[in-house]
Amino acid sequence: MSYINAFLVGGIICAIGQVLIDKTKLTPARILVVFVVAGVLLTAFGVYQKLVDFAGAGATVPLTGFGYTLAKGAFREVEQTGLMGALTGGFKAAAAGLGAAIFFGYIMSVVSKPKAKR
Amino acid sequence: MAERHIGKQTVIFKNPPSIKATASIVGPKEGKGALRQSFDYIIPDELWGEDSWEKAESKLVRETLSKVLQKGSLSNDQIEYVLGGDLLNQCIAANYGLRETDIPFFGLYGACSTMAESMSLGSMLIDGGYADNVVCMTSSHFCSAERQFRYPLELGSQRAPTSQWTVTGSGAALLTSDQTGPYIRYVTTGKINDMGISDVNNMGAAMAPAAADTILTHFADTGLTPDYYDLIVTGDLGKVGKKICLDLLNMNGIDLENRFNDCGVMIFNTKDQDTHSGGSGCGCSATVFAGHLYKEMMKGNLKRVLFVATGALMSPISTQQKESIPGIAHAVSIHRSLD
Amino acid sequence: MNKSFTKEEYSQYVKSVSPNSKLFLNIIKAFLVGGIICVIGQVIFNWLKGRGLDSDMVSGLTSAIMIFLGAFFTALNVYDELGRFAGAGSIVPITGFANSVVSPAMEFKTEGYIMGTGAKMFVIAGPVIVFGICASILVGIIHYFII
Repeated sequence: MSYINAFLVGGIICAIGQVLIDKTKLTPARILVVFVVAGVLLTAFGVYQKLVDFAGAGATVPLTGFGYTLAKGAFREVEQTGLMGALTGGFKAAAAGLGAAIFFGYIMSVVSKPKAKR
Repeated sequence: MAERHIGKQTVIFKNPPSIKATASIVGPKEGKGALRQSFDYIIPDELWGEDSWEKAESKLVRETLSKVLQKGSLSNDQIEYVLGGDLLNQCIAANYGLRETDIPFFGLYGACSTMAESMSLGSMLIDGGYADNVVCMTSSHFCSAERQFRYPLELGSQRAPTSQWTVTGSGAALLTSDQTGPYIRYVTTGKINDMGISDVNNMGAAMAPAAADTILTHFADTGLTPDYYDLIVTGDLGKVGKKICLDLLNMNGIDLENRFNDCGVMIFNTKDQDTHSGGSGCGCSATVFAGHLYKEMMKGNLKRVLFVATGALMSPISTQQKESIPGIAHAVSIHRSLD
Repeated sequence: MNKSFTKEEYSQYVKSVSPNSKLFLNIIKAFLVGGIICVIGQVIFNWLKGRGLDSDMVSGLTSAIMIFLGAFFTALNVYDELGRFAGAGSIVPITGFANSVVSPAMEFKTEGYIMGTGAKMFVIAGPVIVFGICASILVGIIHYFII
């Protein structure tokens, strides 16, 4: 069951992205920004947690899920350490993803070459 | 009074220069396109043994120059000027491609209109008596243009249906004062024309008004009518821009339906090559002219051609600053013989 | 030109002659591919959870593995082909974020490992981090004052 929910919700989030690309001519970089900020805001309003409970990876794998991780981390740190937590929480929660992106990203780009499109 | 200047924007040559030889080298994708038979050489892969796209583009320029000199049986020291440019910042493809040639060089930037721009100026140099042999050339490369104007090659983005495919290739024309033909009889220099299109994925629409304007001005200045030409061919308007240009000409009472085409539409197999609206880039009009059109003229299939290369004069910076895209088009009137 | 459009008329006219994206087909493709990528994420998540790791660890590792996969398939020159087919279906998942990090890093390697790869790595993904982190700090501060 968890797979079906993940498939449906993940698919729908991506389909919304496709509508934005085709209808608003937003560039990919802008789409990513819109999604991550939307994830932060929806989490702040308490909506996104419900979606994560329902769909699991269907809600955490799209970039809105990155926003969810950031916001959740900020909230948790604020609750534990006070105002300072707003600064540290997002980075702390996203550390695994960011570390992986920088480390794997660098290694992969060093060992590979771009190829012309056909 | 400038006696060779007629009308608003046109020059008529007293001693029309001849196009003695042309050369074209294209990339693998162009080598599978509709005009593959007409090019001199098709490179095996986009890097062509170099370690960057920019160096590969410079090699295209260098090899195309030596090819055109070989075909015209001239050596470097018999050429008074090379006129050329490309799409890259500071025109590095031409600068580095021509660095070891020892030929006086004028670098040009006319975006994708560079082929007609260089032929216009080259003809004036020859007719004015300043030179006997001039090479006019330009180049573009899909990969170097993508990373300068769009995105990294490996980014998983989708192309808009109106977008065009930058041609990998370089074309050159050797202009001489010899009376061999085909002759360049007139050139009509275009004005910068901006109709407010800001979508970089629809450059055909941005350039079409400039093309239509230059074509109309050419007829007004020379008093010629469209049926004078066997073919009026624009540079890289693509499918969308070609239709717009025809419509704009129609609005002004000129119907070119049967004698009009666009190099960007001609170069690829539009059905199965997934190039959306067609080809673009300096190399598009340059290789189609140097390959296909010149050969058709030499065979006698085309007697008079109006070659109108079109350029979109924006940069990634102007685009990010929300500027619209200015277009330009230069026309070169080429005749198989002088009668 | 003697007769022409005004800029507004021209823009309307251009819109009418320019082909539109095949929106419906694109949405289906984005839905399918995006859905499948999320299912892969769920498979990894369930597998890690089944090994008895705590939930923070499981989420972090899942992201890291998905990012690895996105980077890996970019390096194999296949992620751009997937993107051409799927559009947002492969841009929006976190694998697409990895693609947007690795693709410029690969592309600009010709300008060196520091000023090329190192500096250009975040030309596309950088804004995501800037806006994501700033938004999380803002909502964190608001959260502090309302609890």
